[in-house]
Amino acid sequence: MIVLDNLCKNYEIGDDVVRALDHASLHIDDGEFVSIIGPSGSGKSTLMNVIGCLDVADEGDYYLDGMSIEDYDDDELARIRNEKIGFVFQNFNLLSRLSAKENIELPLVYQQLPKEERKERVEEALRRVKLYERREHRPMELSGGQQQRVAIARALVTRPSMILADEPTGNLDSKTGDEIMKLFHELHAQGNTIVLITHDEKVADQAERKIRILDGKVYDVEKGA
Amino acid sequence: MVLQSIKMALDSVLSNKMRSFLTMLGMIIGVMSLVVLVSIVNGATKSVTDSIANIGTNMLTVTIQDDKDNPMTLEEAEALEDNESVQYVAPYSRGNATAKYERTSEDISLYGTTAAYYDIKGLKLASGRFLKNADVSGSTYVAVINQTAAEELFGRIGVAGETLSLNGYHFTVIGVLEEEDSTTGNTSDRLEAYIPFTVLSKISGGSRNVETFYLSSADDKSMDKVETEITNLMYKRFSYDSDAFSVTNSSTIMETMSSVNDTMKWMLGGIAAISLLVGGIGIMNIMLVSVTERTKEIGIRKAIGARKKIILMQFLIEALLISIIGCLIGIGLSGVVVIAINGLMTSVSASISLDVVLFAMGFSAFIGVVFGMYPAYKAANKPPIEALRYTN
Repeated sequence: MIVLDNLCKNYEIGDDVVRALDHASLHIDDGEFVSIIGPSGSGKSTLMNVIGCLDVADEGDYYLDGMSIEDYDDDELARIRNEKIGFVFQNFNLLSRLSAKENIELPLVYQQLPKEERKERVEEALRRVKLYERREHRPMELSGGQQQRVAIARALVTRPSMILADEPTGNLDSKTGDEIMKLFHELHAQGNTIVLITHDEKVADQAERKIRILDGKVYDVEKGA
Repeated sequence: MVLQSIKMALDSVLSNKMRSFLTMLGMIIGVMSLVVLVSIVNGATKSVTDSIANIGTNMLTVTIQDDKDNPMTLEEAEALEDNESVQYVAPYSRGNATAKYERTSEDISLYGTTAAYYDIKGLKLASGRFLKNADVSGSTYVAVINQTAAEELFGRIGVAGETLSLNGYHFTVIGVLEEEDSTTGNTSDRLEAYIPFTVLSKISGGSRNVETFYLSSADDKSMDKVETEITNLMYKRFSYDSDAFSVTNSSTIMETMSSVNDTMKWMLGGIAAISLLVGGIGIMNIMLVSVTERTKEIGIRKAIGARKKIILMQFLIEALLISIIGCLIGIGLSGVVVIAINGLMTSVSASISLDVVLFAMGFSAFIGVVFGMYPAYKAANKPPIEALRYTN
């Protein structure tokens, strides 16, 4: 469960102060499929960084599964990201020198899980994204859609509290993008919490709920289809 | 986890072979200069100490420069043997002569001495016997020659019993000395003849006074006691004038030599260590480039939960790997260079000691850690969002 309460985050660019988050408050329940939509420069990325525990807000409170995030240092944030958040990025962000299997395994390696269990869970994740046959391939040898599926498998493998996807279809053609969205729906149906960040209304519309952000303010919370 | 980091580091070293090799080259050259220079000094030390050991490490040389009109007689010198700490005393004088046998005529060095000389110098006989005290007291015309003399004059070694002419005096050859240890490579090409001290005084028209003698210690572990005693004794004997005589201890010479060589070793080793340091700076340089290039990778790793320590370790292991692989290649090449040096230079036999190999490895590892630390620290502390946003 995610609770944001009056979060503020400012950036100084030269003499100007940019209010990337301006008293943003929101609430996401477990098992929800939420999209956060806003044009570029709206504070969308900052919101995602804060929700993803990659960055900490200047003011306000953020509770992730009841834990107040401001209190943690870098290494503790790394552990929270590792255990609670599965990232899916626009440009996939896979390590090019590792195979698909090794990429998916990496967060489990950081958890220091025993080898047997890692193997089991990696294979399970590979099957869920239907890439078991291509597990030994490196990212360069995979198509964009396949790379994004590897990234989703990497996000899934730790059984996180939420999957945080930043423009996951942004670098894909519409057909492949649809396939990825279909996969998100499947994962949602299986009970995963999904937070999708996008500027594309058509993508955002597919979520249960749309959260709109503009100039750092979380404006309206509207129910989707 | 460590295994994973080593695998990743090895992967990254191999993925940029040319760059890794060039970086290693600094370490390779540094390690090579360290190992090769120290090995050469070691070899030189060994050959110097060997030749000093050949002279005899267990003996003092006493030379009388000014006899104060009270010269030392043969009997007086030999009486020093009564001293508890003294084992043997051998008076010694030198001369030159022309040696003749049948039609062969050669210049020869004459040594006038006594039976004790054989023991003090640790000589070995190829055939026959050495001088005896009876030969000295009876002034018999007998000679022991070295192997070179036997070969040059007689054309063979088993010449005991033959008669030899030295400056026109007839001597009976009683023994032939074995050639000095041939492994050190300093076999004498001079002709030498050892005759009774008394006989040399007689034929050279000189006095029977002793100007130089060798002396060996009863305690073969230490020369210090006998050196002090003899110095004191001679000091009194020659009217408390320390300039009248000199006492030289060959083990002191050896110690001096080896301390000089030690200094050389540290100096050359130090210079080589500086070149290793330069190699380390090369590693740091390339690691900094590598950290910048892999900013994105660092961001991804951090996003999915890598703690600082893990990133630090990954880059540190990479730096360590470069320095250690460089070091191992350097040691391997040093082996080749040392073998080549030994092949080309017969006078010095360089040898690689385990000490210097271990030192080189330890120092390389140290350099890898020290110069890898800053880039690794930089990598570990990159904020994840900035690292993720980075595009090459």
